Amino acid sequence: MTSHVLGTQLLYGGSGILLVLLGLWSFLVHAPLLRKLIAINVMGAGVFHLLVAIAYRGIDTPPDPVPHALVLTGIVVAVSATALALAFGKRLDRDGD
Amino acid sequence: MIRPLEHIVIPSGLIALGGLLGWSLFLAITGETGDRLAEIALARVPDSGVSNPVTSVLLNFRAYDTLLELAVLLTALLGIWSLGAAGPGFQKAASVLEGMVAGFVPLLILSAGYMLWVGAYAPGGAFQAGALLGAAGVMLALAGHRNAGLPSEDRLRPLVALGVFVFAITGVLLAVVGGGFLTYPAGLAKWLILIIETAATLSIGATLAAAYLGGRPAPEHATRESA
Amino acid sequence: MIDALPLAVTLPLIGALAVTVWPAHARGLGLAGALITAVSALTVTTEVWSRGALRADLGGWGAPLGIALEADGLSAAFLAMANLVALAVSVYAGGYFKRETARHFWPLWLLLWSALNGLFLAADLFNLYVTLELLGLSAAALGALTGTREAVAANLRYLLVGLLGSMSYLLGVALVYAAYGVLDIGLVAEAVEPGPVAWTAMTLMIGGLILKAALFPMHFWLPPAHANAPAPVSAALSALVVKAAFYLALRLWLDVFAPVLGEAAANLLGILGAGAVVWGSWRALRAERLKLLAAYSTVAQMGYLFIAFPLLAATPPGLARENLLAAVVLLALTHGFAKAGLFLAAGMVQKTAGHDRIDELGGAAQALPAATFAIGLAGVALIGLPPSGTFLAKWMMLEQAMILGLWWWLVVMMVGTLLAAAYIFRVLSRAFNREPTPYRFVNDASTELPALLLGLIATFGLGIAAQPLWRLLEQGAFG
Repeated sequence: MTSHVLGTQLLYGGSGILLVLLGLWSFLVHAPLLRKLIAINVMGAGVFHLLVAIAYRGIDTPPDPVPHALVLTGIVVAVSATALALAFGKRLDRDGD
Repeated sequence: MIRPLEHIVIPSGLIALGGLLGWSLFLAITGETGDRLAEIALARVPDSGVSNPVTSVLLNFRAYDTLLELAVLLTALLGIWSLGAAGPGFQKAASVLEGMVAGFVPLLILSAGYMLWVGAYAPGGAFQAGALLGAAGVMLALAGHRNAGLPSEDRLRPLVALGVFVFAITGVLLAVVGGGFLTYPAGLAKWLILIIETAATLSIGATLAAAYLGGRPAPEHATRESA
Repeated sequence: MIDALPLAVTLPLIGALAVTVWPAHARGLGLAGALITAVSALTVTTEVWSRGALRADLGGWGAPLGIALEADGLSAAFLAMANLVALAVSVYAGGYFKRETARHFWPLWLLLWSALNGLFLAADLFNLYVTLELLGLSAAALGALTGTREAVAANLRYLLVGLLGSMSYLLGVALVYAAYGVLDIGLVAEAVEPGPVAWTAMTLMIGGLILKAALFPMHFWLPPAHANAPAPVSAALSALVVKAAFYLALRLWLDVFAPVLGEAAANLLGILGAGAVVWGSWRALRAERLKLLAAYSTVAQMGYLFIAFPLLAATPPGLARENLLAAVVLLALTHGFAKAGLFLAAGMVQKTAGHDRIDELGGAAQALPAATFAIGLAGVALIGLPPSGTFLAKWMMLEQAMILGLWWWLVVMMVGTLLAAAYIFRVLSRAFNREPTPYRFVNDASTELPALLLGLIATFGLGIAAQPLWRLLEQGAFG
């Protein structure tokens, strides 16, 4: 693998890890459940970022389709979980009134 | 004031974790991994029935993942429905917004059809198409259409179950005729994938729009009153 | 013949679709789906029993490109337990839920069941992530079915903690793919070599799973979530859902990360397990409500399972290690039956008395001899009295701890057992109070008999007839 590819993978993969850490920090520090939910989504974005980064194989080479497919699956799962958690939160808000 | 847990323990733990993760990533990428599954997957794309590699993985090589993922989406909607009925919705849009929605929704549906078709050979596919349909539903809901353009609950239920149903039944029937679970016979793969993706698109679109409503859709007569 | 492996996952899925489309017939269709699912899963177990490990390459691609399902002795044993318990829970639920709740319960329940079977049979690390999420979402939605504010809040917390666990697991999977370029468990196991990457990936994956398995001190979400769910759901959550996370941690430990492991990691899990045994048992003893007691008892029982890790790590390969592993599986299976039986019986008591405050149970429990008897039987298995499976399993674990000279684990298990005896007898002593002798042993067959059967299996079935488990576990290692 060329150093260009390695550098790109590390740059974007490292940014993914940064996003994961930011999300984890927010999850641990903030009490409101909505913020925890957003934090989880930021973490998810970080993991997907990492997967997309390792799929990169250079400008002229087609990327690895497997991580791309995993990310698409992961996004749908994350959307589902977020929707359900939001519905739970909305229900709690309504009961709170 | 300094709170030790929040200002010292968690940040330093996270910095240590970040170092560990970054180091592991560096070692993982620079190790002897070669092409991972890329070359194997790309080499088999011509046998998969579609020419877009990502669609090949999603709907053929790793189709079982996609089947379960549709089940996750359905689970979320059923969970939302179990929590109660949808709220009253938004107020009816004024004529400018209503006119814009009336223009955009057909365009979104048209684009969804395009996305579904183009997914066979270029970026696109059932999920992108379903997301566009879902967006059309969200737009309708925001403009004050109480059920986001969705049918009544009786007819919505088969619609949201359709994607998983077609997928699972195709898998089982292929196992019955002898190929093995979700093993598409050569030549039929393209059409089976198109059928599954079409059903999945409709279900995903309906599920996303229904999830946006945040509860069981109102009965038909209530919709008419509000309209 | 059609491959039984994908059917065990697909049939409950199709059943869930049927009840989604025809909610008016939820109960009948749901029970039919439950029966078909259990039959298909038990077919898998008997096939493994007679023919050895099974593998199905879905889509015909085979590893590394495609996804496979696999069943060896370990997965077949958990699969059989989960499906028998789930079938008993289904029969109970048929009589428990009123029409309006039943239409929400059945589709989610069959989806949860599908996720369980999928998890026990999966042979692909990313596919396991999808089954974990399917399990987590359906479990949280089911747990909130009572609709009370406490239940919704507890299950939202459970959902979020579960999502955090899944994220950690998924990050581990991403690292594994980055480093080894494969996702199939067997192939990853071949490629893994000791080093920082494998170590980090293992920590992330097993760390995420122990969050989902409610290992002390990450157990805080479990008691409110399990105690506020409807009785059949509590039974499934406590007996099966946390057990699935433990199964996966054990599977990864044994099959994938075996070369990476140090004793330090095993000892850490063991220490957390010991903390869970003591803290969970103590809180169970202090619990005011029967279902809260049962939930804290789950925290404690999960602790025993994790104490097995340092023992397994210290035992050299050979007959002693195989026996120890079988003992751990026996402990997990017995707890599955016993805890499900306890929750189902507790639900019956709660329904009759209108509450489940232990101090005021007296008459209510005594009016239900079958339910009380089931609580007693489940209690025997939870304490670990002979002839239950727990007795046999704990005995073997204690023996191995003695042989290895690791006596401190022995002390922890003894303390846990004494505390368990105390909290079970506290319930039973309240149950036999005043009140004239009841007329009928069984008052409501469809709800009491499943609880009783589960108690009987836990105490007699797995204790006296534990031998087949040893044979089943010999059936082929993964890969």
